[in-house]
Amino acid sequence: MKGNKFVITLISILLGLIIGGIALSITGFNPIEAYKTMFKGVFSNPRYISWTIIRSTPLILTGISVSFAFKTGLFNIGAEGQYIVGSLVATMVGYFFHLPPIIHPIVAILAGILAGAIWGGIAGYLKSKFGINEVITTIMLNWTALYFSNFMVFWEPFKRPNRDASERILDSASIQILEKWKTSDAGRAFLANNNFLKEFLNPPVNFGIIIAILVAILIWYLLKHTTLGYQLRAVGFNKDAAEYGGIDIKRNTILAMMIAGAISGLSGATQVLGVSKETAILATMEGYGFDGMAVALIANSNPLACIPAALLFGGLKYGGSKLQPTMGAPIEVINITIGVIIMFIAMPKLIDIIASVRRRKRGVEVEDSK
Amino acid sequence: MKILSDLGVIIGITLMYSAPLIYTSLGGVLSENAGVVNIGLEGMMTIGAFAGATVAYFTQNPWLGFIAAGIAGGLLALLHAIACVSFTADHVVSGIAINFIGPGLSIFLTKIFFDGAAMTIPLDLDNKIPRPLNGIFASISTQNRLVDILDSIFNQYATVYIALFLVLVVWFLLYKTKLGLRIRSVGEHPKAAETLGVNVYRIKYLAVILSGVLAGFGGAAMSIAVISNYRAALISGQGFIALAAMIFGKWKPQGAMWGCLLFGAAQGLVVYLGSTGLEISSQLLAMLPYIITLIILMGFVGEARGPKANGIPYEKE
Repeated sequence: MKGNKFVITLISILLGLIIGGIALSITGFNPIEAYKTMFKGVFSNPRYISWTIIRSTPLILTGISVSFAFKTGLFNIGAEGQYIVGSLVATMVGYFFHLPPIIHPIVAILAGILAGAIWGGIAGYLKSKFGINEVITTIMLNWTALYFSNFMVFWEPFKRPNRDASERILDSASIQILEKWKTSDAGRAFLANNNFLKEFLNPPVNFGIIIAILVAILIWYLLKHTTLGYQLRAVGFNKDAAEYGGIDIKRNTILAMMIAGAISGLSGATQVLGVSKETAILATMEGYGFDGMAVALIANSNPLACIPAALLFGGLKYGGSKLQPTMGAPIEVINITIGVIIMFIAMPKLIDIIASVRRRKRGVEVEDSK
Repeated sequence: MKILSDLGVIIGITLMYSAPLIYTSLGGVLSENAGVVNIGLEGMMTIGAFAGATVAYFTQNPWLGFIAAGIAGGLLALLHAIACVSFTADHVVSGIAINFIGPGLSIFLTKIFFDGAAMTIPLDLDNKIPRPLNGIFASISTQNRLVDILDSIFNQYATVYIALFLVLVVWFLLYKTKLGLRIRSVGEHPKAAETLGVNVYRIKYLAVILSGVLAGFGGAAMSIAVISNYRAALISGQGFIALAAMIFGKWKPQGAMWGCLLFGAAQGLVVYLGSTGLEISSQLLAMLPYIITLIILMGFVGEARGPKANGIPYEKE
């Protein structure tokens, strides 16, 4: 069964790429050329590989956040808002607090986690206390988070003059890898002789990816091998049976949303401390939470599978961003492709049919050759 | 008198902002009463906004644009129906897919049709959806305060009146016709409906496609009435707000309408407060509609229960 799901995902990805290619060729672009451009755009330079990983990191975490909620029977559309408050609070701690290195980023990350947990917890609380569907509350909380973040960034002591963004975090709060060394004389001299490392370290490579992988393992372990995880999954699987079995549903609902929120908050924090170093004024949602839903679906809600799923997603997006400058093809073909992939994943029945038709054909050929 | 005319302005803005939500929310009501969860409303609304603005621009006719928006939304909904009804897909998953495909396709095609621009070319004022009561009040009197108030309330785009009328139509369809009874029975207990000779699949297809048509109208009510073109972030979350309004309205058309009006009113209040030069951050004001909605949900609504078989893929035996 598990192997089957994996195969279905692979076939879905293939079909998505084919249909994306068809959309390109209908509109007059050479799909082979396009995919070549994207492939080169991701793999032809160590620097591009770094960027792909950096772009994928927040998606791994929001993907895990949505997956975790799914497993506990909740639909976390709120990853977006939890991500926003996480990044806001991490930026504030990164700028206003003066702490020694190593401790500073840890405090900032914990603050981001806490903010996300509270934001998710509100939705959990409203669900268990008032019975309000988490889909509504998380949608409302997303927009509240967005405007709240903007409000804070407009706050005089926090706003960077003449910029639509906050002040930048202090150097002591950064989680970039070898940030100082890269630009020091010794670092430059070393990198001059090592082209691969020089290119690979050119983008803001940071500890986020390591954190994301650790969280994936942690959440997988939590769900699979702990009592708490068992209870949470039981609630997701059959609420009434779980309650009958003595599991406190209300407490678990709040806890589940808090954990999901914490992971999304962490996602925002790592992005701020590792890449953007500031919180920008947002006109609209950036989409980390919504893309996280796609990642969770491609990963079949398995936290570990969120890593390759997010890398695929990040790779498609980053590689896709090269389409416009090199061949003038709209990058939105990537969103169409991702949508189609998810659509096929949603229809295992269709893939079964396609597969069985192929099998039958092959069967006929075998008989013919006899 | 001042307070009355202010109220008139707020009501006017409320109606304008609510209309796109009402169409989309009604779409949600139809689909979910037939047992198909539709979180793809956002994507269907987006493609409607795109198709409406594009067709209205090229034909110079807003009504053709409006109809095209319905067709585009309906086609995208057909995809949702095929997945959910014929291939027993998870409704939420398919809906998320629709929310990637709809906006993706919309901007993709905008760039194709408009030489790489990420927005359609704005319509001339004459080519937007007309305002049927425009000028009527002014012709009565230009001095009278009361007439001004009536003007700010009722001088709306035709799409506003159509939206309110459609609430009535959907209500009548669902509760007063045989088809409506079938739709609801399919959403409550498809197996029982099947034994009574209702073609469950056909009813579900119909309801989902109609929901897409309505969501498409909602998108067009935005792109060719409230403003005059389609661009990337035009529909960003309205589909979800409409979905929330539908749940708020307990899956009933009139309830959904109240949900949308509530949200529109909060929005209207924000626009009004912003215009009074009050010393409040516009960002804090912008949070208001969402927070008000949350508070009202806490105080008044309680647990919302949808149709019994909502979201459960149905397979014939």
